[in-house]
Amino acid sequence: MGLLARAKGDAIAALVAGIDLPTHTRIRGPETGLVMLRGRAGGDGAAFNLGEMTTTRCTIRTSAGQVGHAYVAGRDGRQAELAALLDALLQDADWHDAMMAAVIEPLNAAERARHALRARRAAATRVDFLAMATMR
Amino acid sequence: MYVAVKGGEAAIDAAHAWLADARRGDAAVPELTTAQIEQQMTLAVDRVMAEGSCYDRGLAALALKQARGDGIEAAFLLRAYRTTLTRFGHAAPLDTAAMGITRRISATYKELPGGQVLGPTFDYTHRLLDFALAAEGVTRDAVPERAADEAAIPRVSELLAREGLMQREEAAEAEPSDLTREPLAFPADRSARLQNLARGDEGFLLGLGYSTQRGYGNAHPFVGEIRQGGVMVEFTPPELGFAIEIGEIDVTECQMVNQFHGSLTEPPQFTRGYGLVFGSGERKAMAMALVDRALRAAELGEDITAPAQDAEFVLYHSDNVEATGFVEHLKLPHYVDFQSELENIRAMRRNAV
Repeated sequence: MGLLARAKGDAIAALVAGIDLPTHTRIRGPETGLVMLRGRAGGDGAAFNLGEMTTTRCTIRTSAGQVGHAYVAGRDGRQAELAALLDALLQDADWHDAMMAAVIEPLNAAERARHALRARRAAATRVDFLAMATMR
Repeated sequence: MYVAVKGGEAAIDAAHAWLADARRGDAAVPELTTAQIEQQMTLAVDRVMAEGSCYDRGLAALALKQARGDGIEAAFLLRAYRTTLTRFGHAAPLDTAAMGITRRISATYKELPGGQVLGPTFDYTHRLLDFALAAEGVTRDAVPERAADEAAIPRVSELLAREGLMQREEAAEAEPSDLTREPLAFPADRSARLQNLARGDEGFLLGLGYSTQRGYGNAHPFVGEIRQGGVMVEFTPPELGFAIEIGEIDVTECQMVNQFHGSLTEPPQFTRGYGLVFGSGERKAMAMALVDRALRAAELGEDITAPAQDAEFVLYHSDNVEATGFVEHLKLPHYVDFQSELENIRAMRRNAV
């Protein structure tokens, strides 16, 4: 679900474009609201409210009766609906493996590549101190 | 006292039409898209999200476009928009120790686990105007890369805390104050102060933070650590009953290390001032950390002598949306108030003669 929430709606739509997905009905949403984000004092102390984030949620039921939920950061209703549909299909033994292969694994690979690129760029800006005799 | 004044509708309509035209500027210049603002004015977007207290890059970019680049007006627009949305709940506290780092520096240790990672910083630039940017079609150089391990980088504060030299934060699990639900009350607890500072005006906090360094408040701060990067947002939907990740956001965290001389109950040790801000708001995070530490004077038994240590002064004046509302309300018709003042002055002058 995290991968579906962090991916762009367009990316998910492109991955399911060629697949004949079962029909579904919307039970709730997609609707956009807010989630209050929190931090911790000193990074590890008591919680405080940092500020809100727009979030879109959707709940659907597939024609097979499987219910799917999604909460995704941002305001993309289509992303939330697709994520809810995929949540339902991933719980369905008939669909699980196909959806993992067609959607979740490519999204996982794309995110890992994105994070690895960020890490490699950061590493290139890591300072290598030259050894100096006295440096206090 | 304000008196309902009729009239002016046509003037207001004309003013707004001119505003829309002025926003667009010279028609010969292509119109700015919100996507361009979101991608290329990223730090302005970050500041609007922080002070508007709402993480949404697209909305912040739209607010900036609508506000003609006025950051406070844009934050105001974002705050107004958020009041139209329902709140689904609150997320788990962000785990900044597990951050996907883009920048991480410490001024207290040269060599430390994870190292000094500069990231995309203005530091060490010469601050000379780069006229190449005034030309279009500047080629993009490849960004250098180096093999990296993606293991989480430990916090500097933890290194000191392990030695017992850094005051541990209280890990109370009490429900934090929420200024969007309950108005500020004094004495304000740390959660209310941090929320207030996180959405406070960068300029105001920068000035206050600076004042603590110049002697208004007895601060001797060190940047223990600044880290920027992506953190996961975890939320537990009531219908699921377990936590799911709903997104990844960029934040900046600053840990200021300050000396504390100790008290009857606590030995001399270092204490923390803490800053956490949406986006790449490094200056704001540093200022927030300085002011957070100054506002801890009372709980640490320090003398309160300076403006930055005065919680009522700081917290009541840090919010630029509130401040702009009250300052700018002076533009509203005060005709009757002023008439009474005029009468008063005239009467006093008559009596003096």
